[in-house]
Amino acid sequence: MQAAKSLKLKSNYMTTKRIAGSQAVILSLLEEGVEIIFGYPGGTIMPIYDALYDFDRHINHILTRHEQGAVHAADAYARVTGKAGVCFATSGPGAANLITGIANAMMDSVPLVCITGQVASPLLGTDAFQESDVVGISMPVTKWNYQITDSKEIPEVIAQAFYIAQSGRPGPVLIDITKDAQISELDFEYKKCRKIRSYIPETPVDPFKIKEAADLINTAKKPLLLFGQGVIIGNAEQELKDLIEKTGIPAAWTLLGLSALPSDHPLNVGMLGMHGNYGPNLLTNEADLIIAAGMRFDDRVTGKVSAYAKQAKIIHLEIDPAEINKIIKADIAVLGNVKKSLKMLIGNVNENKHDQWIQRFRDCDKIEHEKIIQKDLYPEKPGLTMGEAIRIVADETKHEAILVTDVGQHQMIAQRYFKFKTSKSNVTSGGLGTMGFGLPASMGAQLGAPNRTVVAVIGDGGFQMTIQELGTIAQNKLPVKILLLNNHFLGMVRQWQQLFFEKRYSFTELQNPDFITIAKGFGIPGHKVDVRDDLETGIKRMIAHEGPYLLEVTIEKEDNVFPMVPTGASVSDILLEP
Amino acid sequence: MKRQYNITIFSENHIGLLNRITIVFTRRKINIESLVVSESAIEGVYKFLVVISTTEDQVKKVVGQIEKLIDVIRAFYHTNEEIIFQELALYKVPIEALYESDTVERIVRKASARILEITREYVVIEKTGHIEETQALFEELNQFKVMQFTRSGRVALTRDPIERLSVFLKERDAFLDSLD
Repeated sequence: MQAAKSLKLKSNYMTTKRIAGSQAVILSLLEEGVEIIFGYPGGTIMPIYDALYDFDRHINHILTRHEQGAVHAADAYARVTGKAGVCFATSGPGAANLITGIANAMMDSVPLVCITGQVASPLLGTDAFQESDVVGISMPVTKWNYQITDSKEIPEVIAQAFYIAQSGRPGPVLIDITKDAQISELDFEYKKCRKIRSYIPETPVDPFKIKEAADLINTAKKPLLLFGQGVIIGNAEQELKDLIEKTGIPAAWTLLGLSALPSDHPLNVGMLGMHGNYGPNLLTNEADLIIAAGMRFDDRVTGKVSAYAKQAKIIHLEIDPAEINKIIKADIAVLGNVKKSLKMLIGNVNENKHDQWIQRFRDCDKIEHEKIIQKDLYPEKPGLTMGEAIRIVADETKHEAILVTDVGQHQMIAQRYFKFKTSKSNVTSGGLGTMGFGLPASMGAQLGAPNRTVVAVIGDGGFQMTIQELGTIAQNKLPVKILLLNNHFLGMVRQWQQLFFEKRYSFTELQNPDFITIAKGFGIPGHKVDVRDDLETGIKRMIAHEGPYLLEVTIEKEDNVFPMVPTGASVSDILLEP
Repeated sequence: MKRQYNITIFSENHIGLLNRITIVFTRRKINIESLVVSESAIEGVYKFLVVISTTEDQVKKVVGQIEKLIDVIRAFYHTNEEIIFQELALYKVPIEALYESDTVERIVRKASARILEITREYVVIEKTGHIEETQALFEELNQFKVMQFTRSGRVALTRDPIERLSVFLKERDAFLDSLD
């Protein structure tokens, strides 16, 4: 449908032959199949917005309330759809406001194409009104960026931008277009980019490495597979499942790998890392083989690197050569697309079972359940827990919802207890840990998956960082279900202050506004739950509500997230209690 | 163990690329001791030589991060022993030094330096070599009060008979074509 539309548009424009740079931007985006843009207009991007005005039936533009909202929304759209998210901002402050979101996308390998307006080229470097060197500012946090000062460059550069953003290890790209380049005319012709001489998105998988890896897998007694977001980005969920089912290898996930394997899969042994599950952390230091698939050994996963899986051989399946041996030395590094390498491995490994080894994970589960999970999910104390709210939301959405979270305690609890059936259902800020991500991200997730229930779980701290996006949600009638877990604290920082700073609660307590009244002011209905008896009905009402809805749940003020691998400790020194 | 490494980078000639490359070093708080950029033997391909002191583990990671940059075609690293390198130094000495005795002439001959320009006020001497050699010449000439002194960054060749990049570029073109 989109293709047909864009063909028709093209032929219309082909007869006109010469078009303005601003129109070329929009036509180029249509050629790339862009259906939605998140943005915020301003002086230097006005010609592009003017060109967009003629295409409102072909491209949906979402006017956010802040550029940070636009970039986080585009980020979540990309995570849910697998296509590049697109956002627009004007020069100067507009472009600068994108930076946090671009850094977030860079850390989490999210494809974005950000287009910023820039002052006219004769004014570059003159400290002109709303001039900022956004190419310079964004350089450390983009996969690639480029400044266009000549309208003739527009189609080719945009084609390269999409190719770079979406291929190999994806990432954000920024194109800065001076106002004069938007206004001057060019002969428009669009050709998709298929290669760039200096850029190899992925190397072919080496069959000898696969053979070596398979030999290790076939002889391992205690193998453990760790899967990360690479499996989701590479659409390798089925291959992952086939490999572990054939070999009987237990599999644990990183924060961003979550949802690649159904939560109830018998070989899914849980979450890795600082607030991950007891079994996979403890047994990382007992496994004789670690197979890392599409993950990068983040410090939140490894804990103390010098005490990480020293006894194990390491197989690293990775698309980015710079990740090999960056943190953990690989005994066998298999470069290339994880979908291809997993598929090749399946053909080379023997059918196997590791029942005794898997029993070790079950035993750990039992301990964790008794000490932590039971109390989190079915508390007996009067104060409400984040865990019970998450459990009910997950059950009430039949484990089919898209979970969007902000950053902090609620994020860890939500990742631990929300259950998933399908991939690309978990949207969270992993590498950068960007508070304020949740609410704008929920908009992008909802627009990327309009037929699915999107639940945004957010804490009272992060909610107030981007709360203005309630306006965008209301204006666009996005039926996002916002679960606000309010403990009147910056909970994760407070937890660290309690555990490592002798309860010196330095600037972590919040005096919060009446969130329900604020939502009402934006035209979004809501309800506040203070007692357990009201929780389930409150959640049911939120899920059943047709439009956007805010459910605020008052949480016990000083609850902690456990288990925990303290900073600098080994994964096997994971704590089950303070 | 920290030692000097020479990182050779071949890249497209794009504005801003130098900035992108230096960010890789500054982000890791690695000091760039010498930096030379110029067009390579292959038209349109630029060659950077960056000298840093670090460990082999670190230099490998840095080269990996540089190769990851979209406009970088290829990066290599070498120890000082693996390359032939030179720096160029220029010295401006007062003309009296040349007239009053043959010391300057002897110093220039001994150091295999050469005289570039003689005016009524000064003489300009050029010397190529390693930093120890150009520095030693400076110390010697400074008895006549060197008026100006400048030293270039390092240029280097590998001990390979051919520029590895030309072979590599051919292979890469074939590889990229095979992807279509």
